[in-house]
Amino acid sequence: MTNVTMTVNGKSRTAAAEGRTLLVDWLREGLRMTGTHVGCDTSQCGACVVHVNGVAMKSCSVLAQEVDGAEVTTIEGMANADGSLGTIQQAFQDYHGLQCGFCTPGMVMSAAALLKENPRPTEADVRHYLEGNICRCTGYHNIVKAVMAASGQQVAPVAAE
Amino acid sequence: MHSFELVKPATIQDAVAALKSDEAQALGGGQTLLPTMKARLAQAEQLVALSGVAEMHGICVDDDGRICIGGATTHATVAREASGYPALASLAGRIGDPAVRNRGTIGGSLANNDPSACYPAGVLASNATVVTNAREIDADDFFQGMFETALDEGEIITEVKFPVPEKAAYEKFLQPASRFPLVAVFVAKFSDGVRVAVTGASGDGVFRWSEAEAALSANFSPDAVKGLGDLDADDMISDLHGDGAYRAHLVSVMTARAVKAAV
Ligand SMILES: Cc1cc2nc3c(=O)[nH]c(=O)nc-3n(C[C@H](O)[C@H](O)[C@H](O)COP(=O)(O)OP(=O)(O)OC[C@H]3O[C@@H](n4cnc5c(N)ncnc54)[C@H](O)[C@@H]3O)c2cc1C
Ligand code: FES
Ligand code: FES
Repeated sequence: MTNVTMTVNGKSRTAAAEGRTLLVDWLREGLRMTGTHVGCDTSQCGACVVHVNGVAMKSCSVLAQEVDGAEVTTIEGMANADGSLGTIQQAFQDYHGLQCGFCTPGMVMSAAALLKENPRPTEADVRHYLEGNICRCTGYHNIVKAVMAASGQQVAPVAAE
Repeated sequence: MHSFELVKPATIQDAVAALKSDEAQALGGGQTLLPTMKARLAQAEQLVALSGVAEMHGICVDDDGRICIGGATTHATVAREASGYPALASLAGRIGDPAVRNRGTIGGSLANNDPSACYPAGVLASNATVVTNAREIDADDFFQGMFETALDEGEIITEVKFPVPEKAAYEKFLQPASRFPLVAVFVAKFSDGVRVAVTGASGDGVFRWSEAEAALSANFSPDAVKGLGDLDADDMISDLHGDGAYRAHLVSVMTARAVKAAV
């Protein structure tokens, strides 16, 4: 075991990691930050997406020791300073972009990465960018609406569907 | 995952030295290796991370006009920065999903040589040169069947050099569950002829379709492909996603589409 230190959501955090410790396990078990989810064993679901040095990656497929020293942003870092929901999170609530919520941390983190690169995406851009994030509940329509709304674009209200 | 030690060399020399041990293995982006190790289909005593080797990152153009990509360069970087070879940038930008592209590397993809991977088609069709810590390997010699390459134990891909064709395109028919191609074709037209590389279709991995190359070298048009008929279904992968005849037909369709896209 070696101590690994990263700046997580702006705060310096240290916890032990073995060579094989995945970033997601370091966050969940080392730091007890369980907002980041593990939905698969095959790097395919995207529930575990976090930002490492500003870049979205699957924290289940990155070794904690490899990114020692990095700046990490997780779903816990997406809320506003007063604890209220951040813009993307609020849009997910407003547009029913979640049901069970298991995929949501990864969806929000991928959406944040998209909006950083492309602040006014088209619906097609959103669907394309979220291809690596799998949701078993919503059928995606309301997730896409939530991301469009979070980008400040007009979206038909949910009830009108 | 079984337990292992992680080392993070900063130079090619140190990485190669660390890989001398029998029980050590290179770690690129980990997008294939880590899931495989999680499933306990692979194990190592030591992983040697290449992500910290600065000289293996980035894209440049050499004196012969070739696009040279460092072995640890991510798919996302190639998609963004290989503007001198748009068809290759487009291939990289369609691998997997954004998070996979932010980690996965060209060296890892080529060393792995998955029979459905994208880069092998780009490398073979472009007649690229795979540069390792020890030597330069022509694309035609590099791929040696499913998950098999010319790499020796402990040898690492440090760079790949791509001659830039006059025209080229990569057409990928997506297998939406895996995000890999079901079948994909890279067509590259050089002044001295056309090269056509097919991935996802054969259990032996990427291959050149020589009849299509001859036909397209004489007449670079989708019609030239249509006249050829399909490859032998018995030589194609057959699985629940598509049988051999379906894949053989897809090879023809994707080749014609690539020619159309390249014109
Ligand atoms: C959800 C998902 C979707 C994907 N979709 C696609 C797709 O559409 N098309 C596609 O082509 N691929 C796809 N991939 C695979 C992806 O491109 C991987 O990044 C790639 O196959 C392996 O690259 P890596 O850098 O992650 O290598 P790793 O997983 O780290 O390593 C793979 C192998 O290569 C070796 N290795 C790594 N780097 C080097 C090097 N420089 N020199 C020598 N050996 C090395 C390792 O020892 C290991 O044996 C997908 C993966 C996932 C998880
Ligand atoms: S848990 Fe990381 S991709 Fe599924
Ligand atoms: S809300 Fe249940 S998996 Fe997406």
